[in-house]
Amino acid sequence: MTVTDVLVAVAALIAAPPAGGFLVGVDRKITARLQGRMGPPLTQPFYDFFKLLSKTRVVAARGNMVWAWSYLLLTMTAFTLFFLGQDLVVIFLILAFAGAALAYGAFSVRSPYSHFGAQRELIQMLSYEPILLLTAAAVALQTGKFTVSGVLTWDEPLLPALPLAFAALLIALGIKMRKSPFDIAASEHAHQELVRGVYTEYSGRYLALIHLAHWYELVLILAFVALFWAQPLWIGALAALAVFLLELFIDNLAARLRWSWMVAVCWGLGIGFILLNMVLLQWLA
Amino acid sequence: MGLLTRSRVKSPWILHYCTGGCNGCDIEILACLTPLYDVERFGILNIGNPKHADLLIVTGPVNWKSEQVLKNLYEQMPEPKLVMAVGACACSGGVFHNCYNTLGGIDKVIPVDIYVRGCAARPEAIIDGVVGALNKLAES
Repeated sequence: MTVTDVLVAVAALIAAPPAGGFLVGVDRKITARLQGRMGPPLTQPFYDFFKLLSKTRVVAARGNMVWAWSYLLLTMTAFTLFFLGQDLVVIFLILAFAGAALAYGAFSVRSPYSHFGAQRELIQMLSYEPILLLTAAAVALQTGKFTVSGVLTWDEPLLPALPLAFAALLIALGIKMRKSPFDIAASEHAHQELVRGVYTEYSGRYLALIHLAHWYELVLILAFVALFWAQPLWIGALAALAVFLLELFIDNLAARLRWSWMVAVCWGLGIGFILLNMVLLQWLA
Repeated sequence: MGLLTRSRVKSPWILHYCTGGCNGCDIEILACLTPLYDVERFGILNIGNPKHADLLIVTGPVNWKSEQVLKNLYEQMPEPKLVMAVGACACSGGVFHNCYNTLGGIDKVIPVDIYVRGCAARPEAIIDGVVGALNKLAES
């Protein structure tokens, strides 16, 4: 690890919240345009963030605020490790702990909506975690290394070798972004059976922390998508942007579906795709 | 206007509660969210959760059943918060005035910041009311 690596990681840590917030702003604008509305300004997520920071603190349980901080700090840890070029499996496991922290925080309050959302959050993790970990394994199978720096120094793009793993990753991305048809634990707009699902009991500055963590997570997952075309990296960045826009279209086309359907898609199609990809890779090699 | 005040004015999240009216005003409130009026362009979201909401929009005359619910919702909202009474019933009891089963207006239960008249209140009037409430927030 050199000084440059550390500088890149620090720069990414500073740049990610504005970038993530901007992406969420683009998301809300495009979603509004697809529905024939004007939509809020691009800076809207930042207004929301600062407003939430300025609200008075209302805490229903002490565990709730500890886990909100854990969610943010664990996500930032995973994020930093990624931009330091570290091990993908470790990054995804820390990200999984971050997701679990969100659910534990929701469990620490005695609210049925919050518990409902937390259970579903755990089911979501059950669905996408195998996809992320197996994708890391598929990447390792191709490049021989589990690390991000290993992918960056590999001399050809990963996408031609791992198209099916990439398709599976899109499913995981949809769940991570909380987009339809996978917005099962918490929906963007709350007037459904869940109220705000796993977010219900987080309020004020703790919800702001969660928004911040979500921006980090979004940038992290898109950066992982960009790794699939890392030579040159700008094509990867464009691919990540295209995938983000595709996700918005799917969100507006699809309805919310049941959790059992989500698990079936992830374990059937998702894991099936990656395993098939790995088998083909070994067979062709 | 500082950054925090500006953010508050630019991002009012709404909680909408009907205390026992005829639902006419509720339909008009939801009409504000449709593409025709699209209040999301001002950052307004119908958030449906008192713990996230900044602006409580109440319709109906408040009956004995909904009084406690309304108090609960109000108390669960973190400061700074605003309350808006929409429609004739919410302002003064409206057609239910002096009925034995109603209290006759939101301000009998919780403090109200802004009143929107009309039976039912027009979406334009409701948006005007929200703007008025936000001006109050900006001045505070």
